[in-house]
Order: sequence, then structure tokens, then C-alpha cells
Amino acid sequence: MSKTSLEALPAEGGLGNEPLLAVDDLHVEFATRGGAVKAVNGVSYSLDAGETLAVLGESGSGKSVTAQAIMGILDIPPARIPKGEVRFHGTDLLKLSEEARTQVRGQRIAMIFQDALSALNPVFTVGWQISEMFRVHRGMSKRDSMKKAVELMDRVRIPAAKQRVNDYPHQFSGGMRQRIMIAMSIALDPEVLIADEPTTALDVTVQAQVMELLAELQRESNMGMILITHDLGVVADVADKIAVMYAGRIVENAPVHDIYKAPAHPYTKGLLESIPRVDHKGQELYAIKGLPPNLLAMPTGCAFHPRCPYRQDNCVTDVPPLYEISGTRNSACHYWREVLDGDQG
Amino acid sequence: MATKGDTILEVRDLVKHYPLNQGIVFKKQIGAIKAVDGVSFDLARGETLGIVGESGCGKSTLAKVLMALERPTSGTVKIDGRDIGRARGGELKRMRRNIQMVMQDPYTSLNPRMTVGDIVGEPFDIHTEVAPKGDRNRKVQELLEVVGLNPDHINRYPHQFSGGQRQRIGIARGLALQPEIIVCDEPVSALDVSIQAQVINLLERLQNEFNLAYIFIAHDLSVVRHISDRVGVMYLGKIVELGKDTEIYDRPAHPYSQALLSAVPVPDPEGRENRERIILQGDPPSPANPPSGCRFRTRCWKAQEICATEEPLLEIRPGTDHESACHFAETHDVVHASS
Ligand SMILES: Nc1ncnc2c1ncn2[C@@H]1O[C@H](COP(=O)(O)OP(=O)(O)O)[C@@H](O)[C@H]1O
Ligand SMILES: Nc1ncnc2c1ncn2[C@@H]1O[C@H](COP(=O)(O)OP(=O)(O)O)[C@@H](O)[C@H]1O
Ligand code: SF4
Ligand SMILES: [Mg+2]
Ligand SMILES: [Mg+2]
Repeated sequence: MSKTSLEALPAEGGLGNEPLLAVDDLHVEFATRGGAVKAVNGVSYSLDAGETLAVLGESGSGKSVTAQAIMGILDIPPARIPKGEVRFHGTDLLKLSEEARTQVRGQRIAMIFQDALSALNPVFTVGWQISEMFRVHRGMSKRDSMKKAVELMDRVRIPAAKQRVNDYPHQFSGGMRQRIMIAMSIALDPEVLIADEPTTALDVTVQAQVMELLAELQRESNMGMILITHDLGVVADVADKIAVMYAGRIVENAPVHDIYKAPAHPYTKGLLESIPRVDHKGQELYAIKGLPPNLLAMPTGCAFHPRCPYRQDNCVTDVPPLYEISGTRNSACHYWREVLDGDQG
Repeated sequence: MATKGDTILEVRDLVKHYPLNQGIVFKKQIGAIKAVDGVSFDLARGETLGIVGESGCGKSTLAKVLMALERPTSGTVKIDGRDIGRARGGELKRMRRNIQMVMQDPYTSLNPRMTVGDIVGEPFDIHTEVAPKGDRNRKVQELLEVVGLNPDHINRYPHQFSGGQRQRIGIARGLALQPEIIVCDEPVSALDVSIQAQVINLLERLQNEFNLAYIFIAHDLSVVRHISDRVGVMYLGKIVELGKDTEIYDRPAHPYSQALLSAVPVPDPEGRENRERIILQGDPPSPANPPSGCRFRTRCWKAQEICATEEPLLEIRPGTDHESACHFAETHDVVHASS
């Protein structure tokens, strides 16, 4: 199935039933002094054009490492990908040459990060950094590329773009810097945009502005978007479907409405019950007991078993597969039926 | 112990300006950053007052002035009726005992080279009357137990604990001197959701147990609603709305509160297409040069001429049931309404 040249990738649109982007049984390890850190342990998810997939999970669960593997920006070594595929239009990106990958990275799959300030170069003007995309990848002249930069700054609604194109990153507020990052990421009309916690560092009103902008850009261009976040509110607002990560695995995936109505994994259920709500005061919060596992010493069986109220004996010994609940829904819990019915816990 | 209900903290017209200097050798003051600019409120024993607002609106500055870590430019902070700004020597020391702080970042607010026992017990060095030397270890272990940490871990270092456990260490230290008031500045903002719930529950349990009064500062409006009895909304150094949690969240009257609340994502996708969103344009103005009249007017969709010329005072306005600082205050539920 996988081909090794870029020509194998169709220019636009899908190829039969193959989704736009599919991560399949991905494993990533890091060599450390303490041993191999298994950061990603068999992650699978897929994305279609125009769709928003939210990847939800607490810090350290492997969300960013998965994204870095898709982008091909992991440092290998210390990272190693012992297993798995990242298929874009059906072609496994992991098997492409570095040269071919460069044609995909930033051009057809782009990424924005939480911390826009450290992702931007402090010694170049923002206009120069945005326009560089056009000079490097499209061979445009300095003049034309700068004109494009102003257009893009307008498009992400930076006020007075023409006057500000020669300003430096530190002269912008956090929200405006995130807009500049977004401008750079959409410069070459990517088909997939990976947004890694794009609003985590921002105030809630600025978050609302940035999320609105992303949704609008997505509507205009029909991009597929992977939104990485730990915020259950943001997910409920924008996602079409969700993949919940815990200790380097997807423990549940489902269409957004299903998961909020009735989660099928004890971890998802615990998360939903442990968040305070803005729309009502609520009782004492449910608190998932204990801590996430140490990736160097993973629990046997189900990685969530030490914290799980549904645990039975086989959870300690048998790793739960990703059980299929319906055509669009999976849960990696032996007792997903009980969780779904709200039987105990 | 005094009963719940009477005022323990009284803040009046509190102002903190930081000088804005020019020049390195011969500093010349060219203006002031009006970080806190006329804040008044009361806090009752056993009560939680939440303070919300975007970064830079003056929340941490307010906390520091309340703690007497910074001197106010003007205004008063009275604890149990006594002005902390005028207290000196022994009296100041006694008053400081009564108001303690828990800060945001458990990673940086704890000294990495001190053991947990030294960190939690450090306040006893200054206030030896609370724990005589021989009693110190036992007291520290008691505190660790109260916040849900293993008392046998007294000789461990901060890096040997998780983020949530480090926040518990900070809370134990805040409790050491048996204060009646604790100022919490973003105490759960750095924590993951599941750990955040553990720490919030702990804070609530301690409040009941010791009748603590909290000033709870956070930018997360959901967390603040959960824990607070009353809430103050800050914008550019001022409280623009103040009321009970239901008054602020279900019947906000100030346009800024409404915009802020409407921006909070609700963790429920049902009806998301119809949810009301007030998207504010641009960023807040600089506190060095706040707009005349109402400070929110440059971003407000209701602004009229009077907003530029006359400062709206924080008071109960016609048709509303709690204090707000807007000439055109009008109750409007943005959290539950769909447009
Ligand atoms: N370069 C690296 N070397 C060793 N471990 C790493 C490296 N990068 C990430 N990790 C580990 O991989 C795990 C997953 O990290 P990450 O994907 O960044 O989590 P998330 O984005 O979900 O917060 C973490 O435990 C992290 O410590
Ligand atoms: N020591 C200081 N010197 C000068 N300006 C300060 C100082 N501390 C805070 N400020 C300014 O005062 C304003 C309020 O800051 P702060 O109280 O930290 O806000 P918040 O905690 O709400 O984010 C900001 O504009 C900040 O830059
Ligand atoms: S498999 Fe067992 S331990 Fe794991 S989540 Fe399900 S019930 Fe809990
Ligand atoms: Mg991450
Ligand atoms: Mg602060």
C-alpha cells in the first residue's frame, strides 16, 4: 500500500475510502537514562477533510508526541518509532524520504503550537517570517511575498496589518502572536491543520476570538483539523469527534455528542464528573483518585486500573483491546457496557 | 473561635500604582501603572470571595497588597477592624499571621533545596509562639496529614512530589500559623483536571474544618463559580461587578461580565450552534493609560457619550439586584440563554 514518492499522493480530495489522514497503531519511545519511555503505545485515529478531531488528555498522555510524529519533527534519536503508520491520502509518511516529507510538512500538513512566542523568531519581523513561507516554498520575490504576508495578516484579522507587518513578535499581545502563527500555518493552504493547545496560554475572551478565527478559516478552506487540548469545554464547542488519550493510548473515541451524553470509559467519565461548570454550581467534585502512571513503570493490564472504580481482577492482568461499541465508537475498557449504562463507579 | 458571618477583612478604596520610569541613571517618573485603582469589598468569616478577570487586570497585585507584601498607594486594608497599613513591629507580625497565601505555581514557589518539613515549618521560625522548637516536627506532620500527604515524607524534597502534591505542600504551609484568611492566587491553574478536583475539594474541606475565609483568585470562571459564595469581576484595576455567585453567573449586569461569561466554553455540545457569544474586539488598554470615564468603554457595544465623561460607580442599579459599575447596566443571562 505505501509508496515512497510524493507523486503517489493525489493533489487534492480523497482516494476511495481512505481518510485524509490516518494514524494507525503508532508507537513512539524515547531512549532515556532510566530506560525506554513509551510515550505513545498504539495510537490510532483518522481525520477527513472539513472535520475537526479533538485529541483530549492530561499532560504527559502523548498528545504532542503523536502530533510530532505526524509532522515528522521528532528528534530520532532519542525518539524511535518501532511500529505504526501515518497515512496521508493513503501513503505512509513514515516511509517517505526526508526530501519528500519536506514537501508535505508545513505545506499540506501544518501545525500551530501553544507557545507562539517561542515558536516565532524574535530577531525577524513578523512580516518577514510569514513571507518566508512564500519565498522558500513558492519561489516568490521579496516584494510579492511581503504583499502576501500583509494579505494573510488581514485574513487572520490583525488590525492595521500594513502598518504592523514590520513589527517584531514581542511587540504583539499573546492573542495577536497566536494569529501570526495561524497566518504562517495557513499560508500555503494546508489540507490538515494540527493545533496543539492553541489557546491554553490565552485568556478566555482571547481564546474565543482565536477559536472563532480557526473555525472560520476551516469553513473557508475545508481543512481537516486536529485540535489537541485538555479542555473539555473547548472540545464540546468545536469538535466533530473525540479521541481521549491516557498513558500513550487512545482509551475512547466517539462522535462528540455521544461521549458527553454517555462516556464509555471510566477515565472519560471521571474527567467529565471532575470539572466545575460555569452554568451551575454543582455539588462536591468527583476526584479521580491517584496519579497518572509513570511511563517507565506502566501498570500491568489496563493502565488505568490503579485509579479505576470499575476495576475487576482481569483488569490487572489483561490489556483491554479497543472494543468496538458501534461503527463510530470504541472503548479500551473491559467493562465499557457497565460504564455506558452508568451501573457503578 | 468567632462565628461565621461577621466581617474579617475590610478593603476600602485600595490603590496600587507602580511608577513608570524613564532613564537608567537618572530615573524620572513619567507616569504610573494603575495596577489596582480603587477597590473596595468586605469578606466575612468562613466566606469565599472569588476574583475573576483577565491577565493584567490587577488580581495578583491586589493579593500582594492584601498580604502587606506591597504597600498600597492609598486606601485601607483592615483585618478584624485594624488597619494593616498602619501596623508596625509586633502588631504587624500578629496581623500577618492571620492572613496567609497559596500561590499558583507549585513548581517555582517552593524552594527546591529545602525539605518539605523545612518548607511547611518555616513560618514557625518567625512565629515561634505557635510551635515551640521541640514541637515543630510533630506540628508539621500534623499539617501534612491534614492536607492528605504522608507525614513520613517530611524529609523529602519538592521534586519528589507531583504537581498536585506540591500544591498540597503550599497549602499546608499556608495553614501552619492557623490564619483566618487565606488568599489563593490561581491555586489550581497549573494542575490537570483530575488533580485540580482533588485540590479544590481539599480547599473546601479545610474551609469547613477551620472556618477559613478565602480570597480565591482565578481566571477560570467555572472553578470560581464552584468554590465562591460571592464573586468580584475585575477589569483594568477596578471591580466592575460584585455579587453572590448566582447574581454574577445567572444575572450578570455589566457588559464586560457578560462578554467574559459568554466566552467560557460549556462542556456540553448540545445546543452549541445556538449559544450566545459576545466576541470582544482587540485587547484591553494599558493600565498606564486607562480610558477616561468607564474603562471598558473602548470595547463596549453599549457605550454612549456619558461613558467617556463620567465614571460609573460600583452600586446597585435600577432593575438589577447587585452592584455593577455601568451606566447602562442591565441583567442578561448569557450562560444559559441561546440566541
Ligand atoms: N524528548 C523526549 N525525551 C524523553 N521523553 C519525552 C520526550 N518528549 C516527550 N517525552 C515524554 O513523552 C510523554 C508524552 O509527552 P507529550 O506527548 O508531550 O504529552 P502531552 O502533549 O499529552 O502533554 C511524556 O511523559 C514526556 O515526558
Ligand atoms: N512590580 C511591578 N512593577 C510594575 N508593574 C507591575 C508590577 N507588578 C504588576 N505590574 C503591572 O500591573 C498590572 C497588573 O498586574 P497583575 O496584578 O499581575 O495582574 P493579574 O494578576 O490580574 O494578571 C499589569 O499591567 C502588570 O504588568
Ligand atoms: S479495563 Fe478495568 S481498570 Fe481499565 S478502565 Fe475498564 S474497568 Fe477500569
Ligand atoms: Mg502537549
Ligand atoms: Mg496574576
